[in-house]
Amino acid sequence: MIEKDINSFEQLFNACKIANVAIYKVAQTREAYLSEKTEDEVRNIVKRSLDAMKEAVRTGLKSNELSLSGMCGADCERLQKRFAKKHAVFGKTFEKITTYALATSEENLRMGKIVACPTAGSCGIVPSVIIAVSEDFDIPEEKQINALIIAGEVGRIISNKVSLAGAVAGCQAECGVASAMSAGAVAYLLGGSTRQILNAVALAMKNLLGLTCDPVCGLVEIPCVKRNPFLAVHAITAVELALADIESKIPLDEIIDALEQTGKLMSPTLKESSQAGLAKTKTAIALENKLFKK
Amino acid sequence: MPQTSFIDIITPIMVGPSSSHTAGAVRLGLLARNVYDARPHKVTFRLYNSYAQTGFGHGTDKGLLAGVLGLAVDDVRIKHVFDLPEAKQIAYEFEYLEDFNRHPNAVDFIFEGDLNMFVAGDSVGAGEVVIRKINDFTVKFTGKFNTLLLVYRDVPGMISRVTKLIQERNINIASLHCDRYAKGEEASMCICLDGELDEKILKLIEGIENLYLVRYVKKLEH
Repeated sequence: MIEKDINSFEQLFNACKIANVAIYKVAQTREAYLSEKTEDEVRNIVKRSLDAMKEAVRTGLKSNELSLSGMCGADCERLQKRFAKKHAVFGKTFEKITTYALATSEENLRMGKIVACPTAGSCGIVPSVIIAVSEDFDIPEEKQINALIIAGEVGRIISNKVSLAGAVAGCQAECGVASAMSAGAVAYLLGGSTRQILNAVALAMKNLLGLTCDPVCGLVEIPCVKRNPFLAVHAITAVELALADIESKIPLDEIIDALEQTGKLMSPTLKESSQAGLAKTKTAIALENKLFKK
Repeated sequence: MPQTSFIDIITPIMVGPSSSHTAGAVRLGLLARNVYDARPHKVTFRLYNSYAQTGFGHGTDKGLLAGVLGLAVDDVRIKHVFDLPEAKQIAYEFEYLEDFNRHPNAVDFIFEGDLNMFVAGDSVGAGEVVIRKINDFTVKFTGKFNTLLLVYRDVPGMISRVTKLIQERNINIASLHCDRYAKGEEASMCICLDGELDEKILKLIEGIENLYLVRYVKKLEH
């Protein structure tokens, strides 16, 4: 039987339990059924995204070209130089995650090719953790595809309740959700059970409620680019806690309810309109005046 | 509850930096190009509100032109579109306007050439777009479905004549939208389809009396 009505994490958990299969399997069977494709066709689409993510990392690591505005674009190079001289205290995987996230995010703002996952502004988070962890733990491609499916399924279920757009629900719904998707993907890559995977999602999401979207000059640059490596690492913290069976006291579906409510209560001035927060600091206004030559 | 897809969350593969301001702009350009369906001498792009204000930093102007020239959302040439040979073969101009009656990310395409045409659309978020107007007619299509657009004289039986041909091919209609200027004057029909129309059925549709314009706009790949 194909379970196609999966609109909450509880339903997802139960579908996995009843069929005794992993999250990615339930998700890919459902997707194939609803889109009238074979499961292999679905996995091929996912592989195309995975390949494009890897290409964006490779290209981004080699570039220091600035964005159209000239405000960002050379930080990944700085970070790589630092790690070449002195290794990160948290080790090699941390170095990869942070540089890959910056590489992708900077590639995005210089009009390079990226995967909007779930959005362009948050495009560095999911790829950085999946690629870095897979490299360092010798994880085969098929499992990487499974991990990306899990990330997508997490994002899909959240998007049933909350539109994944800064203008609607703030950055908690863009980079925040990307971090939650990443936590689910990495918990899977490191051998987590269905319960642990969903718990990693819950822990990552819970800790990012209220994150606003206040981009300087209305561009996907400040604070978006640097937020990507931060929230990629944030996902790993959630995974480590979840794999230790530290449980979120608030169930995941209720956290998504809180995400939705917080998004609604958040002032419109802090939802991608650049009318408050970082976007209206003295320095931001000066940058705006310079850029738009008012 | 709508039947959502996880593929939508982990796609599209696109050129940055913004799904609404860059990828959305390309998709609007592609749809407008397919609606115009001819070689324009000149295209004027009117960017409104957020498109006008932050378009420079997001490459919205490049995206719109790239779409009109037929480049896909993941084409890395978009960044240098102004230098492409295709871009040098047509005249184009950008106008930046404020109009709060329009969507924050609204754009008008004004095509001039052997045929003049006005197309307006919005980039509604996450790369999704809607074409709202063609000339004076209200339409509504997103590029997610193969779409049949008709402008015709408002006479009885037009809808049934067109839909009968579609039904004979066993193609399901996802949505149908009609509008008219005045009774007996110009009218428009916008039909989104679950299937594909072939050349043969398009010829039959073109043969219907009282039609002024027929366009079959295929769904966008990305």
